[in-house]
Amino acid sequence: MKEIAIVGFQQSDSVSDAGAVNEVEMIMPVLSRVFQQVGINNAQDVGFVCSGSCDYLQGAAFAFVAGVDALGAVPPIKESHVEMDAAWALYESILKIRMGHADSALIYGFGKSSPGELPIVMSQQLDPYYLAPLWVDSISLAALQARLMLDQGLITEGDMAEVVSRSRRNAMNNPHAQLAGDVAPDDVLAQEMYLSPLRKADICPVSDGASAMIIATVEKAKEWGMPYAIISGIDHCIETHNLGMRDLTDSVSTRTAAKRAGMDAGKVDVAELYAPFSHQEIILTRALGLADDTLINPSGGVLAGNLMMASGLSRIGEVFNRIVSGEVQCGIAHATSGPCLQHNLVTVLEKA
Amino acid sequence: MSQPEVLNQAFELGYTYTRSTGPVIGRFLTELRNRNIVGIKASDGRVVVPPMEYDPNTAEALSEFVEVGQQGEIVSFAWVKEPREAHPMDVPFAWAMIKLDGADVPMIHCVAAVSEDAVATGARVQAVWADETIGYITDIRCFELV
Repeated sequence: MKEIAIVGFQQSDSVSDAGAVNEVEMIMPVLSRVFQQVGINNAQDVGFVCSGSCDYLQGAAFAFVAGVDALGAVPPIKESHVEMDAAWALYESILKIRMGHADSALIYGFGKSSPGELPIVMSQQLDPYYLAPLWVDSISLAALQARLMLDQGLITEGDMAEVVSRSRRNAMNNPHAQLAGDVAPDDVLAQEMYLSPLRKADICPVSDGASAMIIATVEKAKEWGMPYAIISGIDHCIETHNLGMRDLTDSVSTRTAAKRAGMDAGKVDVAELYAPFSHQEIILTRALGLADDTLINPSGGVLAGNLMMASGLSRIGEVFNRIVSGEVQCGIAHATSGPCLQHNLVTVLEKA
Repeated sequence: MSQPEVLNQAFELGYTYTRSTGPVIGRFLTELRNRNIVGIKASDGRVVVPPMEYDPNTAEALSEFVEVGQQGEIVSFAWVKEPREAHPMDVPFAWAMIKLDGADVPMIHCVAAVSEDAVATGARVQAVWADETIGYITDIRCFELV
């Protein structure tokens, strides 16, 4: 099987409100920077393009097609889209390359969540007969999950506050972060409850922004001559949409995906986990069996800024950045979709 | 110069099709209209409410309906002190996972309560029906503490 490498990654700042900047204007700067990083001109210079976005954020059917305006698709390019986080667009692109239909791909994800009421928009991804008509929002569902863990003694509020504190402090070194600061766990615990048992700090912020990545076969990456990291494994797994039938205190699908992706828990220098709620980082760390010496979410993770439809791809990009900078030898990135970590993707990356 | 006549036509967004909810979801919703709650037996014998068409573990088509109680127990809850406009209640309330009597799997619905302190994991609740039932999940207006 062809070895595939990540050659470039760029992300925008995570901002709470991009104002009048539209989706195309959010995408174009990251595309321009990622082309420059790899040393190519535009989308004509890659064999395939795949994007991830959600029409519900824009509130219009086929809104994602407008994103193609950022590419310059004339002469025609091979292009596809997933109504998912762009981490799944990466997955599709890898399949495309493995099938021999392309030797390189551009992947981008974007989301402007600020104009709508995101937790309510997210309620419309639920079961259309039993849950969506109740408008049960994403924060409330996560709160139900957190209480199950608290009641069963699997976590304490202090554990959740530790996660928030580490995120805020790590994010101080992340120039793209939206929320960063020297926040102690006690500062978090001093906050009042927002949607009990969650405090506002336990919940990722609403963010606008985009990210982009370029991957290629190792041969093509060598031809480009830029530093690259190897994607040694990637897989994803989903659980039932019936929240009552899942063990919400665990993430079985993450564990399965990691196993299929060939993750070796003893060999993970860094892990970037897509945990939109503090308690979910603990679920993921345990499900993956990460060792104590694994660096978890050095970017601050999505508690520091959550670009819907791009943050999963950005987790992979963050690990890529640390490998090519020589900071670490290997790492894993996790992406999630759906309520309470329903659908999970794990990518294993290694130094070339 | 005279103003051109502005053409006006009333428009009502309508869907020209009927959507069938099928033998499983349709049965559940019809039972709700009659103020009954039914579940379905999963492959492992667990009673799932609301009923699912297929078992998520075995993919087996499910068909054995079981009537369950209108009271149950709170398995987990979240206290919404600032209800959103779309939420089913406009005063503070709880979302809860509720295991109805005779069911093995909890369902998610809202619980009316005066304060967060009144709600607890393990508390008993009872379904409250809407004044008019039409075969929607919202026929259960909410649950209340008993």
